[in-house]
Amino acid sequence: MECNKESVELMHKYLDGDLYKKEEEQLRAHLETCEACQHHFHELKRTITLIKSAEHFTAPMDFTQKVMDRLPTEKKRVTYMRWFKMHPVLTAAAIFFVLMMTGMFASWSEDGQLVVSKQEELVIQGDTVIVPEGVTVPGDVLVKNGKLLIKGTIDGNVTLVNGKLISDDGSLNGEGLMASAGGVNGELETVDQMFEWMWYQLKSFLRGVFSF
Amino acid sequence: MDQIIIEKIKQVKKGDQSAFADVVSFYQDKIYQHCLRMLGNAHEAEDMAQEAFIRAYVNIHSFDDRRKFSTWLYRIATNLTIDRIRKRKPDYYLDAEIRGTEGLDMYSQLASEERLPGEEVESLELQRYIHHEISQLPPKYRSIIMLRYLEEFSLQEISDILDIPLGTVKTRIHRGREALRKRLRHV
Repeated sequence: MECNKESVELMHKYLDGDLYKKEEEQLRAHLETCEACQHHFHELKRTITLIKSAEHFTAPMDFTQKVMDRLPTEKKRVTYMRWFKMHPVLTAAAIFFVLMMTGMFASWSEDGQLVVSKQEELVIQGDTVIVPEGVTVPGDVLVKNGKLLIKGTIDGNVTLVNGKLISDDGSLNGEGLMASAGGVNGELETVDQMFEWMWYQLKSFLRGVFSF
Repeated sequence: MDQIIIEKIKQVKKGDQSAFADVVSFYQDKIYQHCLRMLGNAHEAEDMAQEAFIRAYVNIHSFDDRRKFSTWLYRIATNLTIDRIRKRKPDYYLDAEIRGTEGLDMYSQLASEERLPGEEVESLELQRYIHHEISQLPPKYRSIIMLRYLEEFSLQEISDILDIPLGTVKTRIHRGREALRKRLRHV
C-alpha cells in the first residue's frame, strides 16, 4: 500500500465511519507496520478531540428579547385569539352583548313596516291606525312605524314605536295632551329613540321573565 | 425537546408570535456560537444570529415539518454568515493580524484581562487557541468542521444544511481535518 495517500484516504474514511470491513483490516495492518502513518493517524484523532474542546460561547443575556422586538408585528387576529383564551368570562360576556345588540338592531330596523298588535277592533288606513269612535279595544296596543288615532277607548297600555299619536283634527299632539286624545285606560308610551327602544325591549324581556 | 420544538413551530405557523420566543431561547446559544465562530466578531455574530432568527420567523411557512428544524435554522445562519464574509469591507478588526507580525492580533496589544489562577487559565487559553485556529480556516472548511465536531451534525445533515453534495462534504472535511492537524500538531 502506498503510504501518505491511500492510507490517509482510508484514515479519513475511517473517521467518517465510511470504512468497509476489508478496508479497515487493510488500514490496521498498515498502521501496525508504518510508524509515519501511525503518527499521522494519532494526530488526526487528537485534532478532533482538540476541536471539540474549542471555547464555548453563549448568547448575550437579552438575545431572545431583542429578536422578539425586531420581529414584524403579528396578525391582529392571533392577538385577539390569545386574549380571548386568557379571558374566557369576558369573552363570553362580550359575545352575549354582541348577540343582544344585533338582536335589538334587527328588531328595531324591520324597516318602515307598519306593525300593529292584533286586535280586530283596530282600523288601519294607510299608515294610520284608528281606534274608531265608541269602540273599546281590549288589551295592550302596539303600533310601530305608524300613526295612531284614538277616537274610542283602549283598555290597556299603548306603546308607540317610531310613530306618532295624532288627534282628531290631524294636528300633532304634544305629550301633555295625549290623554285628551280619546281614552286610554293604561299607560301611554312613545318610543322613538334607539335607546328608549332598547329600554323598552329590556323591560318587556324582564317582565316576560318575571311573569314566567 | 424535539417534540416541544415541533409543537412550538406549529403554533408559530398558526401565527402565534409568542411561541417563537421559546424557539429562540432554545437555539440562541447554538446559533450565536455558530455565527461567532464563522465571523470571529461578537458584534457581527449577534447581529447575524438575530437576523437568522428573524428570517426563520418570516419564512416559517416554507419550513417543511417533516425535516429537522435545527438543520433548516443552521442553513439560514450559515448562508447569512457566508454572505457577510463575502461582503466584508477590508475593515480593521481587533483580531485581524497586525501587518509584519506572525500571529499577533490586536487582542494581544490590549491589556490582558484579569488572570485566573493556574490550570484554569491554561485550559481556557488552550480552548481559545483552538477556537482561533479553527477561525483561521477558509470559511468553506471551517463551516463543515464546526458543524461536524462542535455542533455534531451527521455528514448527511451537513450536506443538507450547506446544500452541497455529500461527496463534497467529505472532501472538504478531509481537507479541513488535515489543515487543522498541521496547525494543532504542536499543541
